[in-house]
Amino acid sequence: MSASVKESVEMKKVYKGSRPIMATFIMIGGMIGLLFAIGLSISFGAADIELATVWSSVFHFQPELTSHQIIQEIRLPRVLGAALVGACFAVAGSIMQGMTRNPLADSGLLGLNAGAAFMLAICFAFFPGLPYMYIILFSFLGAAVGAGLVYGVGSVAKGGLTPMRLVLAGAAVSALLAALSEGIAIHFRIGQDLAFWYAGGVSGTKWEHLQIMTPWIVVAIAGAIVLSKSITLLSLGDEVAIGLGQRTGVIKFFGALIVLVLAGAAVSVVGAVGFVGLIVPHLTRFLVGNDYRWIVPCSAILGSLLVVLADFAARMVNPPYETPIGALIALLGVPFFLYLARKGGKEL
Amino acid sequence: MSENKYVSVYQQKRHRKNVFIIITIVVLILLMLMISMNTGFIRLTPGELFRTLFGMGTEKQQLILFEFRLPRIVISILVGMALAVSGAILQGVSRNALADPGILGINAGAGLAVMLFISFFPSTTATPVFFLPFLAFVGAGVTAVLIYVLSYKRDEGISPIRLLLTGVAIAAGISAAMIVLTLRLSPENYQFVAVWMAGSIWGSNWKFVIALLPWILILLPIAFAKSRVLNTLNLGEMPATGLGLAIERERLILLAVAVGLAGASVSVSGGIGFIGLIAPHLARQLVGAKHQYLIPTAALVGSLLLITADTIGRWIIEPSEVPAGIVVAVIGAPYFLYLLAKSKA
Repeated sequence: MSASVKESVEMKKVYKGSRPIMATFIMIGGMIGLLFAIGLSISFGAADIELATVWSSVFHFQPELTSHQIIQEIRLPRVLGAALVGACFAVAGSIMQGMTRNPLADSGLLGLNAGAAFMLAICFAFFPGLPYMYIILFSFLGAAVGAGLVYGVGSVAKGGLTPMRLVLAGAAVSALLAALSEGIAIHFRIGQDLAFWYAGGVSGTKWEHLQIMTPWIVVAIAGAIVLSKSITLLSLGDEVAIGLGQRTGVIKFFGALIVLVLAGAAVSVVGAVGFVGLIVPHLTRFLVGNDYRWIVPCSAILGSLLVVLADFAARMVNPPYETPIGALIALLGVPFFLYLARKGGKEL
Repeated sequence: MSENKYVSVYQQKRHRKNVFIIITIVVLILLMLMISMNTGFIRLTPGELFRTLFGMGTEKQQLILFEFRLPRIVISILVGMALAVSGAILQGVSRNALADPGILGINAGAGLAVMLFISFFPSTTATPVFFLPFLAFVGAGVTAVLIYVLSYKRDEGISPIRLLLTGVAIAAGISAAMIVLTLRLSPENYQFVAVWMAGSIWGSNWKFVIALLPWILILLPIAFAKSRVLNTLNLGEMPATGLGLAIERERLILLAVAVGLAGASVSVSGGIGFIGLIAPHLARQLVGAKHQYLIPTAALVGSLLLITADTIGRWIIEPSEVPAGIVVAVIGAPYFLYLLAKSKA
């Protein structure tokens, strides 16, 4: 009896610590910011296009105008791709951090991205010309392989799965998978095709990709929102969650499935971009508190915003060349990671 | 030396066994050398090989052996030694079984320095080759200091695992910076940097050998001379101080040696990771933890590993080549995972 009292006290603390007004503000403000960033990103580029033209090309498309064609065929899918990918990585990261209570969880750090990228290399080498519909499935599988390897190694270790050990295992598994992919790339002479995925860039996104990946992503994010309450409970610890009548095994299974779909889908478009799933959930948690019902949607929006802005910056830093977006985000992410690793201190 | 009087029969046996092991590795290296010289687009039989070595081969054979294969093999021997000893020192000094100049980000720092130089002073003249090891040493040194400072905490000092984590993160950040930098390079420089970053010994020629050799000749003997210090440091800080060791100074010298060895080898061969991790471990299994044996054995094992990796890389998917760094990573990463799983938190 006293145990359940203690648990409900902890729950209350979570709800008290959450800031729904702030979260609503972030969602609305973030949406507006995102739309603005998307408009900005579409209008600037090799050929600058006025915002008014952007508007008319989306809502009154005239195929005979070059500027409308540029927007419709190149810039719009690219920026939408960036937004989707950002949401994917951020939500995947927030679920991983919540479920495993590991502040250093991120699909890039824990080997999921490298696994998906490795599968892409295999696809290009052995099934050239495979439709994107199947490529994305391989990408899911790859993410699962990466995660399986990292958690497998982490869990056979004496002393269990500490976050630091998982990150080190993730680094080694990523090094291994990257080396294997590079070997495949050299042997099958597909380095050029793959470089795009490694460097991480949304520049090649096409409507066809968006059509196929969007349903997966929408379902997965919706699933994440449905699970978010249970994830909040899990983030308090397994015992608490079980005490409050949660079936932790089922939740973890579906949570893992969602993470694999999100990470796999994102990597299949943008390549192995890390750190989005690390930075955004921490930032969101700092802003809205520990309730995942708010963290998940806010992370999605802020993640989109981050990647859209990073993609915009990637084109602006060194025109006419594009700076790989993954490198730009890593430059942000590494100091953040170091800060977390330092702050985490003993409980890591 | 009164010590010698008390050397037990057991220790003598042990000494003999270790010497035997070392000789065996040398023989294996020689064997691998012959295989390696024979591997490639144009094959040289052992007979032809010896004739060419003693100046009796055809002109074409001379060219292949002396201008292409031999420098490459010499480089892999030297680099393998340097990385292995660097790893052995780092593991000894930090008392951390997972330390390795690649994993700790020291190689990445050396790489960044070299890359900065190439991007600002495009390599048109012949001089930079000698200059590169110095640059790499500076880059590696700055990175090592940075990692040390970032993983230091006043109340707990340096925890081995935080040191590694910081190194992994710094390496990630540096490689991101390097990717951004590569875009500013001209295509021909880019090609050079890309091949070099993947950790290959492709472009080796005698100039690289000469650039690397002095570093090895100076630093390896220092490392060997310090093996007693390493033994004492391994006991832990308190006993080492008790035995009259100026810990901080010795540690600094040893770290400088490790950084110098790693930097010099990165400057000629690019980012080859994991050799510094595997070689000392294998050596420890073979000859035990005494650094008098450990350091030379690790050096030889490192050479053997790198020549083997380079040969496999040339042979496995002929006619294209896999950089030795990739081969080493495919072998080394699982080994790292194995050690990680075995280690206690």
